[in-house]
Amino acid sequence: MTESQSPLLSLDQLSKTYIGRRSLVERLMRVPPTNVQAVNQVSFDIRRGETLGLIGESGCGKSTLGRSILRLHEPSSGKVVYDGQDITGLNPQDMKTMRRRMQIIFQDPYASLNPRRSVVELVGLPLKLHGLAKNDAEVREKVAYIIERVGLKANQMDRYPHQFSGGQRQRIGIARALVSHPEFIVCDEPVSALDVSIQAQIIQLLQELKQEMGLTYLFISHDISVIGYLSDRVAVMYLGDLVELGPVESVLNNPRHPYTQSLMSAAPDVDQPGKRDRVQLTGDLPSPMNPPSGCKFHTRCPVAIDRCKTEVPVIESVGEGHQARCHRLGEQISVLNLSA
Amino acid sequence: MSVIDSDGLLEVRGLRTVFDTRAGRVCAVDGVDVSVRRGECLGVVGESGSGKSVTFASVMGLIKAPGHIDAGDICFDGQNLRQLSVKQMRAIRGRDIAMTMQDALTALNPALTVGEQLAEMMIAHDQSLPRNKRERRRLVEQKSVDILQLVGIPSAKSRLQQYPHEFSGGMRQRIMIAISLASHPRLLIADEPTTALDVTIQAQVLELISDLRAKLGMSVVLITHDLGVVSEHCDRVMVMYAGQVVEEGPTESVIRNPQHPYTRGLLGSIPRISKRGEPIQPIDGQVPDLIDLPAQCRFYSRCQQRSDACLKYIQMTTLSQDRKVRCVLAEETAHD
Ligand SMILES: Nc1ncnc2c1ncn2[C@@H]1O[C@H](COP(=O)(O)OP(=O)(O)OP(=O)(O)O)[C@@H](O)[C@H]1O
Ligand SMILES: Nc1ncnc2c1ncn2[C@@H]1O[C@H](COP(=O)(O)OP(=O)(O)OP(=O)(O)O)[C@@H](O)[C@H]1O
Ligand SMILES: [Mg+2]
Ligand SMILES: [Mg+2]
Repeated sequence: MTESQSPLLSLDQLSKTYIGRRSLVERLMRVPPTNVQAVNQVSFDIRRGETLGLIGESGCGKSTLGRSILRLHEPSSGKVVYDGQDITGLNPQDMKTMRRRMQIIFQDPYASLNPRRSVVELVGLPLKLHGLAKNDAEVREKVAYIIERVGLKANQMDRYPHQFSGGQRQRIGIARALVSHPEFIVCDEPVSALDVSIQAQIIQLLQELKQEMGLTYLFISHDISVIGYLSDRVAVMYLGDLVELGPVESVLNNPRHPYTQSLMSAAPDVDQPGKRDRVQLTGDLPSPMNPPSGCKFHTRCPVAIDRCKTEVPVIESVGEGHQARCHRLGEQISVLNLSA
Repeated sequence: MSVIDSDGLLEVRGLRTVFDTRAGRVCAVDGVDVSVRRGECLGVVGESGSGKSVTFASVMGLIKAPGHIDAGDICFDGQNLRQLSVKQMRAIRGRDIAMTMQDALTALNPALTVGEQLAEMMIAHDQSLPRNKRERRRLVEQKSVDILQLVGIPSAKSRLQQYPHEFSGGMRQRIMIAISLASHPRLLIADEPTTALDVTIQAQVLELISDLRAKLGMSVVLITHDLGVVSEHCDRVMVMYAGQVVEEGPTESVIRNPQHPYTRGLLGSIPRISKRGEPIQPIDGQVPDLIDLPAQCRFYSRCQQRSDACLKYIQMTTLSQDRKVRCVLAEETAHD
């Protein structure tokens, strides 16, 4: 990736807490609400033209982060700076204009398309919303162009989502995100619900479109192979926290956080079955409603020490553009050497 | 009836399972043969909708209307399961063969505690339990605690009182496995046991299944779409496409040297970290509709190597004792 001037997007201590709902009785009984701190003070930059991969366990806050960036969920605190402008304070009108430049492709191709709208209505909506087409004829023309570009046929535009397969629906979702010519796209697990053979079609399409339109991606996935294959840099989250960030080669070949290390060692590999020293994490993902004290990973960490139970580690630099959040970084500890 | 392989624990021959829908007859499984040997782990991979779950639901006798088994033999340990009564079949299910369902959350009963569900399973299948109610309860509880500990759930005793929603996804998956194992089955069919899980938890569950296989000497069928999982855990693998088995063989041989264009395509479409920057090769097109399929290769429309020779019913070709593939190209070379 070429080093470019200012980042396209900067997150500054972005947090999102979901406030739990209480029943009337609970409120009368003064039961405190159960809050979920889904994203906790995350800061990073995304450069123009790069793909930043975001990886982490189910429920660690990846989708919440992606949606908070676009303000589809209102962040609880922190800032999102897009192209030099703090968008967290924008009024709805200005935010609407901004959304033309920032789009999202959703996790679930089955649930994210309104079944009562035809393809031309679904894909054409952003054009109408942003006044990018003068009349219906122009909407149809632009929709025809974009759906052909994503591999559907123009004569399919009057069909409804249920008449398409999962892979085709994901293409409709991509067309909808691209039709307003955005610069930045949050891809929230765009291929996880698809067959391996169809996954590859969509990944290839996203790569081509990126080249062609000069897009910048935040690519969310829990699949290390997908992330490793198409990202320039990788961010790793654990229970709402950013725990590691760096160039893809450094993070994959030299992971520094014990969680990232276990993640790498646990991923099965077709080409090299059983090649690695396996690190077995014990214990389950703790509840985000009641996260562990100190370092949130200490309950499952094979190399945790007493300090990890009480003291929250800060994220620090461990190499060129590579950061990690662990008390034992200085000791060059690796969970992979434990078995030896 | 066909000759049954003596070391086979499960032998399925010519299985055909159909669903009668408004649009027509869906032939979900069409002429499938399966062999599972004693103590082995067989991997089953294939496109979504290719009939993996329906094949093994048929083995379990769990196909409900509008579906039914149209043809085929299902032999378990020499006994033809299709000739058994509903009651006899229920006894086999759970005692000898257990299946964990694709979706653990919906397969567990949300209204019963995990302890109650384990107890129900044991009482239904374990004739050796004492008749005295109090003694029986104590023994069942002891066994339940043991089994939860076996699948790695800490503080098992208090956990028995909890309901499924109080567990995480990985724990529920392990509880499902615990329940399936409560009767010490000889064959465990695990349908996508780890699809909803994260790699770290996935590794735990698969390690557990491998461990138990070694400890209890059971056979395992692992249905998955993850070739990495197959490559790490299975002795043999069976590849399905549109209701048929298209390739079969020892895992290493199938992965190193795939013979069917679909298997090759599948392997070519996995993004690999080691191939960053190189294009992946997706398989273009989509699976055919399973209604009124013509007698021709089912992968035809998506195949790079198709020719007119593919426009007839394609037989399974045996390449070597353990290695089979359903493709004209293999037919031709086998005849040479
Ligand atoms: N609308 C909501 N209200 C309350 N809690 C929520 C809401 N959406 C998500 N959460 C909680 O916030 C946490 C993070 O969820 P999120 O969907 O961001 O996770 P994720 O990393 O995208 O997971 P997955 O990989 O399963 O998609 C979870 O504990 C989840 O239960
Ligand atoms: N109750 C039903 N009625 C009609 N068709 C059905 C029914 N159950 C399954 N089918 C069809 O049978 C075919 C095989 O389904 P099956 O569930 O076995 O696929 P699978 O290989 O397990 O796929 P997946 O990987 O998505 O789990 C599918 O085309 C499906 O649509
Ligand atoms: Mg998500
Ligand atoms: Mg299935």
